[in-house]
Amino acid sequence: MSEFLEYSLLGILSGGVMALIALSFVLIYKGTGVVNFAVGEVMMLGAYLYYAGTNSFGLAPWLAFIGSLVIIGILAILVERAVLRPLSGQPTVAVMMATIGLASIIHGGVEAVYGGDTYSPPTLLPRTPVNLGEVLIPGTVLGNFAMATILIGGFLVFFRYSKTGIALRATASDPVTAATLGININFSQRLTWVLSALVGTVAGVLIASSAGLSPLLAAAALSVFAAIILGGLDSVLGAIVASLIIGWVEALAAGYLGGKSRDIVPYVVVLAILVVRPYGIFGTRTIERL
Amino acid sequence: MRTAVFHESYAAEERLWDSRTARAWMLAFIVVLFTMPLWSGDYLLAMACIFGIHVIATLGLNLTTGNAGLISLSHGAFMGVGCYAVAWLAKQGLPFFLSLPLAGLLTAVIGVLVGLPSLRVKGIYLAIATLAAHFVLTFVFREWDSVTGGVPGTSIPRAQLFGFVFIGDRRNFYLIAVVAVLLALAARNLARTHIGRAFVAVRDRDISAEILGVNLLRTKLLAFAIGAFYAGVAGGILGYFYGAITPEYFVLTLAVFYLAAVIVGGLGTVLGSVLGAAFMTLVPEVLRLVAHAASQWLPSVAGLLLPMGQVVFGLLIILFLVLEPHGLAAIWSRVRRVFHLWPFRT
Repeated sequence: MSEFLEYSLLGILSGGVMALIALSFVLIYKGTGVVNFAVGEVMMLGAYLYYAGTNSFGLAPWLAFIGSLVIIGILAILVERAVLRPLSGQPTVAVMMATIGLASIIHGGVEAVYGGDTYSPPTLLPRTPVNLGEVLIPGTVLGNFAMATILIGGFLVFFRYSKTGIALRATASDPVTAATLGININFSQRLTWVLSALVGTVAGVLIASSAGLSPLLAAAALSVFAAIILGGLDSVLGAIVASLIIGWVEALAAGYLGGKSRDIVPYVVVLAILVVRPYGIFGTRTIERL
Repeated sequence: MRTAVFHESYAAEERLWDSRTARAWMLAFIVVLFTMPLWSGDYLLAMACIFGIHVIATLGLNLTTGNAGLISLSHGAFMGVGCYAVAWLAKQGLPFFLSLPLAGLLTAVIGVLVGLPSLRVKGIYLAIATLAAHFVLTFVFREWDSVTGGVPGTSIPRAQLFGFVFIGDRRNFYLIAVVAVLLALAARNLARTHIGRAFVAVRDRDISAEILGVNLLRTKLLAFAIGAFYAGVAGGILGYFYGAITPEYFVLTLAVFYLAAVIVGGLGTVLGSVLGAAFMTLVPEVLRLVAHAASQWLPSVAGLLLPMGQVVFGLLIILFLVLEPHGLAAIWSRVRRVFHLWPFRT
C-alpha cells in the first residue's frame, strides 16, 4: 500500500511540471490555432541557456534563470515574426510542419554545441528531502510542483482578471471580432508565443535542474501530448488536470511494469483517447469529425 | 518554339507524357537509368541506390501528405515495419518478389490501424496520433526480440532471382531501379484515377468532397494505406540493400527527413517526390564533404555532422514553406516554361 502511495505521490507531483509543458502547448493552440511541435525543443533550449549561464558565465542560478527567460522571449518574438507570421492563413499542415522544422533546427543546434552528454546544472530549489509519513519525497520534486502550481495559478488569474489576459482570450476565441473591438491581434498572438516559450523554459529549467540535462529532455515534452489530448487541446484547466492524471498513470506504470513502459504508456493512452473521446475531458466538442 | 500542346482526342489529353519531346526525354532517362551500372563509378552508383530508396518512400509520403493532405509522422516507423517484415519473411525462405509486396501489404494494414483514429479526428489530432504510433512501433522494434532482434538488430538474407544474387551496389541497383520506376508510374497513374482525384478533393475541402459522394473515411484510410505500402516496400528494399538493420535507423528524424523531402520537392506531384528525394540525398553528402574539408583545420567537426544535418533539414523545411511552398517542382516548371516560350517572357 505504501508503495502504491509513494508511486502515486511522486507521479502526481511530477505531473505538476508536466502541466507547465502542457500549458505551453495549450496557450499556443488556443491563442493561434497552431499545434507547436517545437515545445519540447524550446524547453530544452531554455534549460541549456540556463546551464550555459551558470556554467560558462558563472552567473548565480537565479540570474542565469532570468537571463535564459529574456533570451527565449526575444527568440520567440523573432521566430513569430520570421516564420509564423508569413505562414498565417496557410493550411494547418504547413504551419505544423514549420514547427517540426523549428524543432529540428533547435535540436540539431543544441546537439552541435553540447553533444549528447548529460549535464547536471545547479538546482534552483533546495534538495532536502521531505518526509511525509512513511513516504520520502525528494525536495526538488516538491519544489518543482510548488513552482508549477504558483505559475499556473498566476496564469489562471492573469487570464481571468487582467486586461491583457482578457484580450488574449478574446483573440483566441475569435480573432476577427477581437480585431473589430480594437484589440491588436498581432500583438496578442506575439505575446502568446512569448508566454508559451517562457512557460516552456521554466519547465525545462525545473526538469533539468532536478533530473539532469541532455537532448533527451525534448522527448519528455512529446509524452505531454497524452495529457493535452486527454484534457482537450483547447482547455487550460483540462491540460492541468490531465497532466496530473498522466503523471500518476506513468509513475504507476513505471513502478509496477518496469521503467521501459514509461516510453510507451503515454502514447498508448493517446491512441486510446483519440479513438474513444477525441475532445478530451474538458475540450470543446466542436472538433470536426469525418 | 513550342508554346502549347494541341490535343485532338481525350485519350491524347490523358496521356502521361503529352508531347513527343516529353516522351523522348522519358525514354532517354530510362535508357540512361538502366545502363548506369555499366558506366557509372562506385560512388555514384551507391548514391543512386540510396536515392532510389528515398524516392520510393517519398512517393508514399507524398501521396498521404501531398495528395490527400494527411500529415504523417510515422513514415519512418512504417519503413521499419516493412524492413523487419522482409527480414522475417526472407528468413522463412520467401523470395524477394513475394516478400516485398507482402511486407508492403502488412505495412499498409498497420497504416490503416494508425489511420483509424481518423474515424474520429482529423488534422492536428491525426498528426499526434501518427506521432504516438511512431513511438509505439519503435518500442516494438526494440523489444520484440524474436522477430526484430531487439536493439542489436537483425540480418536480412540477400535477394535472389534464378540464382542471380543481389549483392553489392551494382546488382542491388537493378532491384531498386525497377521497383522505384514501377511505383513512380503507379503513383502517377493513381493521381489520374477517381481515387487520386478523391484524395485531392478531400485535401482541398473535405465537406464539399463528401457532398460530391466521396466516402471520406475510406479515402483517408486508403491514403494512409497506400502511403504505408510505399514505405513498407522502401523499408524492405532498404533491408535487402544493407543486409542488416538496427532499430536505431528508424528514429523520428527519418520521418522528418521524408517530410522535408516532400515539402522541398513539391506537395502532390511525382516529379516533386523525385526532385525532393534527390535534393535530400545530396544534402547529407554535401554536408559530409564540407565537414570532411573542414576537419583538416577543425578535427572536432566530424561529430557535428548529424546535428548539423538536423539543422539543415529544419531550415530547408521552413525556407521552402515560407518562400516556395510548391517546392522544386514549381521551380522546375517555371524553368521549363522559360525555355518553351523563349524568346518571349512569361
